[in-house]
Amino acid sequence: MPGAGELRALRRRIRSVKSTQKITRAMELIAASRINKARLAVESARPYAEMITTVIRDLAASGEVADHPLLAPHEQVRRVGIVVVSSDRGLAGAYNTNVLRRAERVAVSERDAGREVTVYALGRKADGYFRYRGQDIAETWTGIADRPRYRDAQEVGRTVMDDYREGRIDRVWLAYTDFKSALTQVSAVVQLLPVDARELEGGEAYPAQFLFEPAPDAILEQLIPRYVEQRVFAGLLEGAASEHASRQRAMKAATDNASDIIDDLTREANRARQAAITTEISEIVGGAEAMSS
Amino acid sequence: MATMQVDVVAPEERLFSGEATEVYARSLDGEIGILPGHQPILLALAPGSAVRVRDTGGSEHRYDVGGGFLEFKDNRLTVLADESGEAGDAGQP
Repeated sequence: MPGAGELRALRRRIRSVKSTQKITRAMELIAASRINKARLAVESARPYAEMITTVIRDLAASGEVADHPLLAPHEQVRRVGIVVVSSDRGLAGAYNTNVLRRAERVAVSERDAGREVTVYALGRKADGYFRYRGQDIAETWTGIADRPRYRDAQEVGRTVMDDYREGRIDRVWLAYTDFKSALTQVSAVVQLLPVDARELEGGEAYPAQFLFEPAPDAILEQLIPRYVEQRVFAGLLEGAASEHASRQRAMKAATDNASDIIDDLTREANRARQAAITTEISEIVGGAEAMSS
Repeated sequence: MATMQVDVVAPEERLFSGEATEVYARSLDGEIGILPGHQPILLALAPGSAVRVRDTGGSEHRYDVGGGFLEFKDNRLTVLADESGEAGDAGQP
């Protein structure tokens, strides 16, 4: 029967597109539920971030900043570290591409200025991207980008702070994706180390009768590392929320696209079926006429 | 009864926010109790210590903050906790 083979092929394609659509829809729904959790995590971390910044600024305004090793720029900047927040898994639209390109631009401009660059990769995607390009990678962390915890940020923060203190690197950038809204995520680069003195401006000096225990400079000594850890944490949280938002959008587009393809294929299949029936009828009619004449 | 605004915040979440009458913490030098009207103070908490907050209803909340900082000024007390102090917080999906 003519057209039957074509019809079978079309039906097979429809089935295959439908099963792909089931997967993309599931991924879309999972991502959507994770966005809310990730946004909540961003919100929950904000009070601590604001308060530690206020305390440090107030101490700085009291003239206590002095020469903390994490605040003082190194005299010569020979080697620069870039902490890159990416995801472990793909299928997240342009999420990884955007932040990796941004980090790459920083690396290029540092290299053009005659400095060495090393990467601290967060997420398998950053590791793969820079490893493929022969970029030196100081350390890679996987399994935390999806749902970052503070202790993960602590570990990353401590690693770069140690490397900075011991002079293995002279400057650290943090490249991440800022979660502006469910629709807008923008890649961003901030200087992590040395802590930019401008960030610590605008505080209110502590009045003279204030009691410090231990001395203010000792308190600041302990506060600065926590401030750096908290900034890494904020970058991780923003990145995670952006990753899920990006994946949801990408998977929604894929699901919609699958629907369009299914519609087109179904139409084609119907046409093929109709053509097959028409052929069959004309054959029967033709056969009947041949017998009656 | 005199009260003060108390905020206990950890890196991952806010643990307490509201009016309270007493706060107890342990500094490197020893136990310290803070009532409304206390002298302005900024202190580092002893590693592994806890903070106790008595709210205006009289019930006491205990947070195993594991260290951090405590600031009291303008009748506002803020604890920057190192940890959320909840056992088994890793159990969340």
